Amino acid sequence: MEIRELTCIRCPLGCQLKVTIEEDEINVTGNSCGRGIEYGKKEVLSPTRMVTSSVRVLGGKHDMVSVKTSQDIPKDKIFDCMEEIRKVTVNAPVSIGDVIIKDCAKTGVSIVATRDVEVVL
Amino acid sequence: MTEHDIIIIGGGPAGLAAAVAARKAGITDILILERDEFLGGILNQCIHNGFGLHTFKEELTGPEYAARFIQMVEEEHIPYLLNTMVLDINSNKEVTIINKESGLTIIKARAIILAMGCRERPRGALNIPGYRPAGIYSAGTAQRFVNMEGKTVGKEVAILGSGDIGLIMARRMTLEGAKVKVVAELMPYSGGLKRNIVQCLDDYGIPLKLSHTVIAIEGKDRLTGITLAQVDENRKPISGTEEYISCDTLLLSVGLLPENELSEGAGVDLNPVTSGPFVDDRLETSTKGIFACGNVLHVHDLVDYVSEEASLAGVSAAAFLKEGQKKYADMVEIAAEHGVRYTVPQRLDKEHMEDQITVRFRVADVYQDRYISVYYDGERVSHKKKRVLAPGEMEQVILKKENLKDYPDLKKIVICTEVE
Repeated sequence: MEIRELTCIRCPLGCQLKVTIEEDEINVTGNSCGRGIEYGKKEVLSPTRMVTSSVRVLGGKHDMVSVKTSQDIPKDKIFDCMEEIRKVTVNAPVSIGDVIIKDCAKTGVSIVATRDVEVVL
Repeated sequence: MTEHDIIIIGGGPAGLAAAVAARKAGITDILILERDEFLGGILNQCIHNGFGLHTFKEELTGPEYAARFIQMVEEEHIPYLLNTMVLDINSNKEVTIINKESGLTIIKARAIILAMGCRERPRGALNIPGYRPAGIYSAGTAQRFVNMEGKTVGKEVAILGSGDIGLIMARRMTLEGAKVKVVAELMPYSGGLKRNIVQCLDDYGIPLKLSHTVIAIEGKDRLTGITLAQVDENRKPISGTEEYISCDTLLLSVGLLPENELSEGAGVDLNPVTSGPFVDDRLETSTKGIFACGNVLHVHDLVDYVSEEASLAGVSAAAFLKEGQKKYADMVEIAAEHGVRYTVPQRLDKEHMEDQITVRFRVADVYQDRYISVYYDGERVSHKKKRVLAPGEMEQVILKKENLKDYPDLKKIVICTEVE
């Protein structure tokens, strides 16, 4: 039996989780909501993170558009994703939710815009 | 002089939520004044996720959270002026503004909501000796450069202060290819949220040195390095613990200060602990008809709570206009004692209060297994155990009107921590 103490990062409450790993059963205590159980299990099996960054925009009201992974990706893919994100430039207009990169770094996860950028007239 | 029912100073998360709430409470004539070229305030540069779980039951980035409120303001057709600086507010609620279109103008409000937010404590407030080379930024300035302007801030980075913006920027700079060598914190505990220490420092192997500070800055044109030292319990550097760290960038994340110069001009009394206005349970300041919410009132950790608080300010301002000059009943004082640094609000009108009010507060130190207690004139009415309490995490208690009915002569409510 293995016990791991984790801090849940799914919301700013930061619950102190105790994850008990016993053969094929994982038990999470210390959580305040269902997200804590999900996080505790995932963190010991295959930790994932959301990645957020900014991408340069041409012809827009703003120079940069903020972006995020459409869902969390494996932790060890963070820097591969960042490398692709850094290479990209997009043209205005951009709307929240627009796909900026499809299947980023072979994660199967897209990079999407998190801000509207209008065309500068 | 044009007059508006409500003028809101600041178009960030607090101002937007206050505007929407005031409109929903039936006020049509509202004007938001914003000095930047877009609405949304600081959220636009907070591109990380973790916002909105409380308000929208989903996890959003800062710009997405702002966009939700901007959309509500647009849908409600609430007018706003961008690139407009407020120069002065007086106690007659006359607001002096300046912008390129109209120059200098004075407009009058029947009610004002202060929602100016806060700013970062600068290097000058820290008394760090040494030259003043390029490469020293407040963490929020660096955040704006990197996230909104696409500029490279530096390659080898040290961070002083473990506030949330500093932690977030440690990760952000790492993702952008910089080497973040250390985060040094003067206090024996971090001022940031636990989750940010895990996902911004631990994930990337960035060391957090508690009880450490910067004692020297090297470099004439550009920063070349800093000297760190451990500090004792009086926060004085301990001789022999000095360590030189070469770096081209130093980020400061050493606290946020509510921006209340305008409030003072309007005769609003400020609490020296929060640097924000004293307010009652309707978030009205000492100047009648002027309300405050968000980081200008006290610095928050979570934007969700800013939105909630700002909605109350909007509703209260609307009620003030509808009721006219209501008679103010005797106020009950809400006092912070024994390990509680401050409360917001600081006074309560128990006759006119809502069915329940949220009192937010911060503790003075890191405590384990302590109780948070509420006393009504010396009688303990609530006693709740908390596993961990930390100054970096805002706490709250709820006061219910029905419970207060049993105390007709109540003068003082005390919120404190207790060992048992």
